[in-house]
Amino acid sequence: MIFQTWPWYVSGLIIGLIMLCLIYFGKTFGMSSNLRSLCSIAGLGKKVSFFDFDWKAQRWNLVVVLGAMLGGFVAVNFMSDPSNVSINPQTIEQLAEMGIDAPNGKLMPQALFGTEILQSPKIIAILLIGGLLIGFGSRYAGGCTSGHAISGLSNLQIPSLKAVIGFFVGGLIMAHFLLPLLLS
Amino acid sequence: MKNILKYLVVGFIFGIVLTKSEAVSWYRIYEMFQFQSFHMYGIISVAILVGVIGIQLIKRKNIKDIKGEPIVIEDKEKGSARYWIGGILFGLGWALVGSCPGPIFILIGAGFWTVFIVLFGALLGTYLYGLLKNKLPH
Repeated sequence: MIFQTWPWYVSGLIIGLIMLCLIYFGKTFGMSSNLRSLCSIAGLGKKVSFFDFDWKAQRWNLVVVLGAMLGGFVAVNFMSDPSNVSINPQTIEQLAEMGIDAPNGKLMPQALFGTEILQSPKIIAILLIGGLLIGFGSRYAGGCTSGHAISGLSNLQIPSLKAVIGFFVGGLIMAHFLLPLLLS
Repeated sequence: MKNILKYLVVGFIFGIVLTKSEAVSWYRIYEMFQFQSFHMYGIISVAILVGVIGIQLIKRKNIKDIKGEPIVIEDKEKGSARYWIGGILFGLGWALVGSCPGPIFILIGAGFWTVFIVLFGALLGTYLYGLLKNKLPH
């Protein structure tokens, strides 16, 4: 059972409890603020005041990140089954048209994340620009999926609702219009 | 030490859950934006439902935190431009590389080394925001 894909209701329940757990610890659930901490650790606070803050007060969140990385390692190496990631067959067909390989048990497509992409400036640029948009957008909006969609909406915050609608507007534009152009 | 350990455990569970429910998978994010599966919507909705109930309980029963202090959850700053524009930019990136900040770290932990390129981009994006912050509408 644990080797198969975990059902959405189990995953949703645990993610909700994790957020509540961090609130109980007197903290908040939000992953993108770690990017700001990392920038500060890199010494960027000397040049840009936005990074001149006490990142040590955010160390707990970096520990959460470290735990999450270990969790990813354990889940992939010791808790996985080759039949994982059974997405909609229609999705697989659509992806094939864009030259993206079917999952067949893999979490990530080779065409975008395999090591052979290091020879493709185009794919490297796609990953870099995607990351850039994620970093810039989440800091501009003041949070990402965890900070706004889960923490913010759970606390019935209107600003978070605006941000989450924005996430989906951007995501739909990318998935339906830009991605097919970029990968064609 | 015990203090730090609890964050490690919470993160560890988070990493396992997101990986095992495939929320870290590029495929799942693409499928979600194509409306071809309920899976991701189910995960997000249940997490919010549990969160709403939990936070209401905390507020109504005045539940204290682990140190016995009252729990205060700060409201998000008021505003519009930053949420709409920032949100849309984030969404474009999310659907392009199929991961948000949590999964970026989880995938690197899981051994997907090329995700380091995404992380580098995300740090660059965060830096750019810090640089331009005062010139942007919020």
